[in-house]
Amino acid sequence: MKQIVVLGGGTGGTLVANLLAKKLKSKEAHITLVSASNRHLYQPGWLYVPFGRQDPRTLSRPMASLLRKRVKLVIGKASQLDTESQQISLEDGQSLHYDYLVIATGSQVAPEDVPGFSEGAQHFYTEEASFKLHAALEEFRGGKIVVGVGGLPYKCPVAPLEFTFLLDEYLTHRRIRDKTEIIYTFPLNRVFSIESVAEVAQPLLEQRGVTIETFFNLEEVVPEEKLARSLEGTELNYDLLIMVPPHRGAKFLQGHPIADEQGWVKTDRSTLEVKGCSNVWALGDTTDLPISKAGSTAHFEAPVIVERLAARLRGANNDQIPEEYEGHVMCFLETGYGKASMLNFDYSHAPEVAEPSHLVHYEKMVFNKAYWYLVPTGVL
Amino acid sequence: MMQNITITKESDARGSFCPGPLMELIRQVRLAQVGDVIAVISSDDGSKKDIPAWIAKAKQEFLGMEEIGGATRFICRKIK
Ligand SMILES: Cc1cc2nc3c(=O)[nH]c(=O)nc-3n(C[C@H](O)[C@H](O)[C@H](O)COP(=O)(O)OP(=O)(O)OC[C@H]3O[C@@H](n4cnc5c(N)ncnc54)[C@H](O)[C@@H]3O)c2cc1C
Repeated sequence: MKQIVVLGGGTGGTLVANLLAKKLKSKEAHITLVSASNRHLYQPGWLYVPFGRQDPRTLSRPMASLLRKRVKLVIGKASQLDTESQQISLEDGQSLHYDYLVIATGSQVAPEDVPGFSEGAQHFYTEEASFKLHAALEEFRGGKIVVGVGGLPYKCPVAPLEFTFLLDEYLTHRRIRDKTEIIYTFPLNRVFSIESVAEVAQPLLEQRGVTIETFFNLEEVVPEEKLARSLEGTELNYDLLIMVPPHRGAKFLQGHPIADEQGWVKTDRSTLEVKGCSNVWALGDTTDLPISKAGSTAHFEAPVIVERLAARLRGANNDQIPEEYEGHVMCFLETGYGKASMLNFDYSHAPEVAEPSHLVHYEKMVFNKAYWYLVPTGVL
Repeated sequence: MMQNITITKESDARGSFCPGPLMELIRQVRLAQVGDVIAVISSDDGSKKDIPAWIAKAKQEFLGMEEIGGATRFICRKIK
């Protein structure tokens, strides 16, 4: 019987494994999911932890509780992948053979890529960091907060913007907004990459008294001087520096022949096949596609891989399989004070941004709770 | 114009609205060695303004752009 291995138990991996288990008959394939952790993390919730609006304990669930019984769960960290012999080695010495492989090992933050970042900056892109930032914000009494993007690529492109809106609201509620200067930085010449989003977000930032510093690509942090310096030559002093760190792919992929130096897997934008390996697919944050690294991306990619893998397993040639990924991404954009907007786009349709509303914020809150039942399980 | 240039690394960012072609170019320039030539393909009209503007701001060298079937290839040399 054919062996299917899914690497990674996050949004993409869990969903693919469950959809494969639903699609394929038990006699067609064994499905194994390998994950470094026995917990599935709901990362979008980390946005709210620094403001005390979300209890971090509610943001993880045991992997086993989210997988269909048919899927064999192996907890272990992949340390080597040999695409010739179709073997994966785990750190604990185990080795697994696959006929078909799906890589969904996501991204990891790499603050070490920016000199001084680890010592001088805070962030909310890991469970620990978001909780540590909660303490730093609670202790904050006023001063200058610099918040923005500290390296490329990074997941959930709208999160720094959302964080800034929520920060303004938080400081206002604590009655220290008038004692605080907020500076929002962004790598491009506007406040967000998508022009229509920037057109909605910039006036909102201005209304809330946020200073905007564009074309700011963080080059180094000098903690002793409380200084952040950009590649473009701008220097900003801070009392509290909150920067999204640069990301990398999983360690075993960094420099691997199927990936680049940073570990981003070379992936076909339509078939999601890993370039040069016809029995390996990649989805979610780990691909090298220049599209949003987001849970919704992985969510829309998963069914394409499942259909293509199942068809191949049943003997189809690649050109007989119609399912392709069309670049669909969907994101909420929290704008503070109980309002949010939503963006929906794909390779051929630019996003249109609706006026922020209470209704969309409410939808985001409901989604954050319903995620466990709807997304990894494949219900939605 | 661009015949004699050897591209070190090219990224196809057609249809990438977010993070978009310029973000991809900045990422590649940051990873590159001084002297490398980076190309990015964009189908977004806004890139014609944004990409040369960033290259000038970051004091890198803009080698030009060329139309390729409904999209544009932007070429930049990392000089510092
Ligand atoms: C603050 C924040 C807010 C966000 N908000 C949103 C949002 O509103 N909307 C949205 O769509 N997205 C959002 N995201 C992004 C979203 O969480 C990720 O893009 C999504 O989780 C990617 O799914 P993935 O399956 O590719 O990776 P992940 O979900 O990160 O899963 C990767 C899995 O691989 C495992 N793994 C890693 N290395 C190995 C290895 N060597 N061996 C075995 N297993 C390994 C990990 O343990 C993990 O289980 C947010 C992220 C953050 C940090």
